[in-house]
Amino acid sequence: MTDARINDFVVKFANVNGSGSASANGLFVKSILRMGVPVSARNIFPSNIQGLPTWYEVRVSEAGWLGRRGGVDLMVAMNPQTWAQDVKSIEPNQYLFYDTTKTLPPSAFREDIRIIGAPLTEICNKTYSDPRQRQLFKNIMYVGALAQILGIPTEIAEQLISEEFASKPKLIDANVNAFHLGRSWAEQNLAPLDFRLARADKVGDRIFVEGNSAAALGAVYGGATVCAWYPITPSTSLAEAFEKYCKKFRTDPDTKQNRFAIVQGEDEIASIGIVVGAGWNGARAFTCTSGPGVSLMQEFIGLSYFAEIPAVIFDVQRGGPSTGMPTRTQQSDILAAAYASHGDTKHPLLLPCDPGECFEFGALAFDLADRLQTMIFVMLDLDMGMNEWLTPPFKWDDAKKLDRGKVMTAAELEAGREFGRYLDVDGDGIPYRTLPGEHPTKGAYFTRGTSRDEYARYTEEGAAYMRNMQRLLKKFETAKSLIPKPIRRDAKRRTPYGVIYYGSTAPAMDEALAALEAQGRHIDALRIRGFPFEDSIADFIREHDPVFVVEQNRDAQLRKLLVNECEVHPARLVPVLHYEGAPITARFIVQEIAERMRAQEKLPHSEHAK
Amino acid sequence: MTYIAKPKFRHPDLEPNTRGFTRRDYEGKVSTLCAGCGHDSISAAIIQAVYELDLEPHRIAKLSGIGCSSKTPDYFLGLSHGFNSVHGRMPSVLTGANLANRDLIYLGVSGDGDSASIGFGQFAHSIRRAVNMVYIVENNGVYGLTKGQFSATSDKGSKSKRGVVNHDAPIDLVTLALDLGATYVARSFSGDKHQLVPLIKGAILHHGAAFIDCLSPCVAFNNHEGSTKAYDYIRNHNEAVNRLDVIEPRETIEIDHAPGTLEIVTQHDGSKLRLRKIHPEYDPSDRLDALAYLAERQSKGEIVTGLLYVDPGAQDLHDYQNTVAAPLNTLSDSQLVPGSSALEKINASLR
Repeated sequence: MTDARINDFVVKFANVNGSGSASANGLFVKSILRMGVPVSARNIFPSNIQGLPTWYEVRVSEAGWLGRRGGVDLMVAMNPQTWAQDVKSIEPNQYLFYDTTKTLPPSAFREDIRIIGAPLTEICNKTYSDPRQRQLFKNIMYVGALAQILGIPTEIAEQLISEEFASKPKLIDANVNAFHLGRSWAEQNLAPLDFRLARADKVGDRIFVEGNSAAALGAVYGGATVCAWYPITPSTSLAEAFEKYCKKFRTDPDTKQNRFAIVQGEDEIASIGIVVGAGWNGARAFTCTSGPGVSLMQEFIGLSYFAEIPAVIFDVQRGGPSTGMPTRTQQSDILAAAYASHGDTKHPLLLPCDPGECFEFGALAFDLADRLQTMIFVMLDLDMGMNEWLTPPFKWDDAKKLDRGKVMTAAELEAGREFGRYLDVDGDGIPYRTLPGEHPTKGAYFTRGTSRDEYARYTEEGAAYMRNMQRLLKKFETAKSLIPKPIRRDAKRRTPYGVIYYGSTAPAMDEALAALEAQGRHIDALRIRGFPFEDSIADFIREHDPVFVVEQNRDAQLRKLLVNECEVHPARLVPVLHYEGAPITARFIVQEIAERMRAQEKLPHSEHAK
Repeated sequence: MTYIAKPKFRHPDLEPNTRGFTRRDYEGKVSTLCAGCGHDSISAAIIQAVYELDLEPHRIAKLSGIGCSSKTPDYFLGLSHGFNSVHGRMPSVLTGANLANRDLIYLGVSGDGDSASIGFGQFAHSIRRAVNMVYIVENNGVYGLTKGQFSATSDKGSKSKRGVVNHDAPIDLVTLALDLGATYVARSFSGDKHQLVPLIKGAILHHGAAFIDCLSPCVAFNNHEGSTKAYDYIRNHNEAVNRLDVIEPRETIEIDHAPGTLEIVTQHDGSKLRLRKIHPEYDPSDRLDALAYLAERQSKGEIVTGLLYVDPGAQDLHDYQNTVAAPLNTLSDSQLVPGSSALEKINASLR
C-alpha cells in the first residue's frame, strides 16, 4: 500500500450503448476531480442508439497530462461483446474488473494480468425487482466498488449524487444505496490495487466542459442571434447547447420572448443559406456541422467570400471522407475549409485547442466575420467537441464591445458620405456595407455572386473583376493581423528542431514535449491558432530544420497549407500523422518524433549531430 | 436598348403617392431580358403594386436565385436592397434575412427551374416554415438562360422549340403550396396585369407565406405551337375564379353593385381583400375545396387563376419562434451578452 502509485493510472469502462452507464461513469470522474486530481475522460462510441459497444476511457494524472496516454491499467469489462479485445488491451500485470456472477472459463482470461470482480448482477437481482433498475443500479454499484478500492471518499460521491438528482430527490437515496452496496461488497472482498487516488490540489479553478457546449456559449457571448443547423454527429450538441444557453440568457424578462431564432434546416445547404441571408441583413448568424455538411455548403461559402457576407461555421471534425467514421475524431477538414468552394477562395480559420479556446474563439468568430465581412470557420473536432475536458475557466471582459465592422449608417449616408459597396476607402481591403432598410433613397445596392464594380454595378469587364479579386486578397492580408497569434514555447536548450501542432493535439503534445525533454530531446514548439498564417509562423519554420508537423489526418493537411501559404520548402516540414480515429497520444508523438530525430542524427555530416 | 443607362428624368406630371414617390422611383435598371418577355410585365406589376400601396422602397428587400426570373430584381425597386443569391436557394437566404429583421417586406422572385427543380426542397420548406414573404415564381416552363431545356413545370406532351416532346409529369407549384401550408396562394398570368397587380398587393399585405405562381411565356424558347406556356395557349385556357381588389386599412369600402358575387376577406393588418367571384361556387377560404377544384379543372385542361386560397389569420415563422418585437439585427450588446458575472456562475456549475 505504501508504495502504491498515486493519482497516475488509466481506467477504461467497456459498456453497452444505451445501458445508462454514462451517468455512473460521470460520477466516477467528477468524484476524482472533486478530490483535486486532474482527469481526462473520453467517450469512444459507435454510430448507434442502443446495443453496440461503447467505451469510456479515464486518465488520472496528478501531473496534469490531459491527452490520451494509451494502454489500460484497470479495465471495467461490462460488455461481453467486446470481452476479448478488452482483456487484450490491459497492460501486463494490471487489472481486469468484471461481473463475477457468471462463471467464465480460464481461457477467457490472461495469465499476465490480475483479475478482480464483484457479483454485480447477483447483488442487483437480489436487491431490485425492476429490470431497468437492475441495469441502472448495477452501474452505480461498480462505481461504489471502484470508489472503495481506489480511495474515493464516500462523502464526495454522495454529494455529487445529491447534486445530480437535486430535482428528483427520490432518486438520491436509491443511488446512494446502490453506491454503498458496491462499496461494502468491495470493502469485505477486495484488496487495494497497486495504484490509488489521494486528495491533491491540482485542479485549481479549472472547469470540466465539452468544447461544443463552450463554443455555443461563446456564440451567445459573441452576440449570435440566428442559428440554422442540420443534425450531424459530432456537431449536434453545439446547436442544442446554444438553445439551452439562449433560453437561459436570451429571453426577454418582461415579454418572455426570444432574442434569438434557431431553425433546424432541411439540410446543410438550407442551413448555410439561412445564415448567409441573416448575415447579409445584419444579424450575427452561424451554423454548426461536420465534414459532410461543409461539403454540401461549398457554393454558399464561395458566395459569402465573393459577395462579402459575414457568417460563421463551427466545423466539428470527424473521420472522413464521405461518411467516414462519424463517431471518431480527426482533423481532416482543414484544407476543405481553408479553400472551400470553387474559384479562387480562401477563408479564415480559428483553431481552438480546448474548450476554453472554443468559448473564446466562438465569440471572436462573430467579431471577425463582421469586421472582415466573410465566412469564418471555427474548427473543433469530436475529441474536444463531445468530451468534457478540464480547461481554464471562461473569461469575459465586460468593457468589451462587439465589433460590428464597417456598416454605414443612415446618418452618414444622409450627411453625404460616399458609399461604394466594394470600394476600398481605408486601404485595408475592407469596404463599407449598408443594411437593408437603412435609408429611403441612399445606400441601397444589389448583392450578387457575379462580378461587379466598386459601386456594386454588374460588370463582366476583366479589369474590374481583377481589381476586386486583388482587393479580396488585400482583405485576406488584413485578416492576418486579426487572427489569434500562434503560441511559441522554446525548449530549455537551443535546438534546430521545431514542432508545429494545433487543436486537440495540444494536450498530448504538452506531455510529449516533457517526455522528449526528459530523454534529452529538445524541440521548440509552435501552436498555430488560426489561418491565414501570420508572418511569425514562416519565421519559425525558417529558424528550424526540420519542423515536425503533428496532426490528426492522413494527408498532412496543415503541412500542405503551410507549404502553400508560407512558401517554404516541403522538405523542411516533416509530417507526423495520427488518423486511426481515436485521439492522438503522447506515447505516439514521442515515439514518432524520437525515431525521426535518431534517424536525423545518424545522417553523415548532419548539421544536427550533437 | 438594354445597353444604355436608364435616363433619370421623369415626366413632370408623374403623380407622387402619399409617401412622395412617383412610379418612376420604384423602377430599377433597364431590363436585359428579351423584348416581350413575360417577366418584364411581372416586374411592372410589382412596381405598380408597391407604388399603389405607398410603400417606402427601402422597407422592401428583394431576393432571388439564378435564372432569367432571378435577374429581374435588378429591374425594379432600385432603391431597395437586393440579393441575387445562388441557384434554387433564394428561400433559405430570404428566411435568414427575415429572421434578422422582421420589419421589412421580403419579396422572393424565382423561376420554375429555380423553384421546381434545383430549389424544390427550399421552396417546400420555406412555405412549411410560414416565412412572412411574397414568393413569386415566374413560370415559363423552360430554362431560358441555358437556351430552351424543359423545366419541371413543363406539361407532359408539350413540345420544345426543337420539337422534342416532354414525357415527365409536371410539378404544379400551386397545388404543392396549398398542400404545404401556404396561407395565401394565387396563380396569375403575366399578360393580365389587372389580375396580377392586386394579387401582388394582397400578398404583400398578407402576414405569412404568400405564394404566387405567375405564368410568364418565354418569347425566345417557349412561345410556339405545341407549348402549353405560350401566350396564346394560356389566354385560351385561363379560367379566372375571381377578380381581386385590395383595400388598405385606411380606405373605406365602396358599395358594390353586385353583392351576390362579392366576398370580403379582412387580413391580419386590417387590409381587405375584395373578391369578385367569377365562379360563385369557388370558396378561397377552404383549402381542401381549393385543392379539389384545381385538380378537377386541371384534368379538363384549364389553368385556374385568381386568389385560390387565403387564411387571413395566419401566423408566421416569428410567431412560432416567439421572437422579440424588435428586429434581431437591432439588439444591443447588453441585450445579447450575458456578461462576466453570469459567466462566473456557469464556471461554478462546471466544477
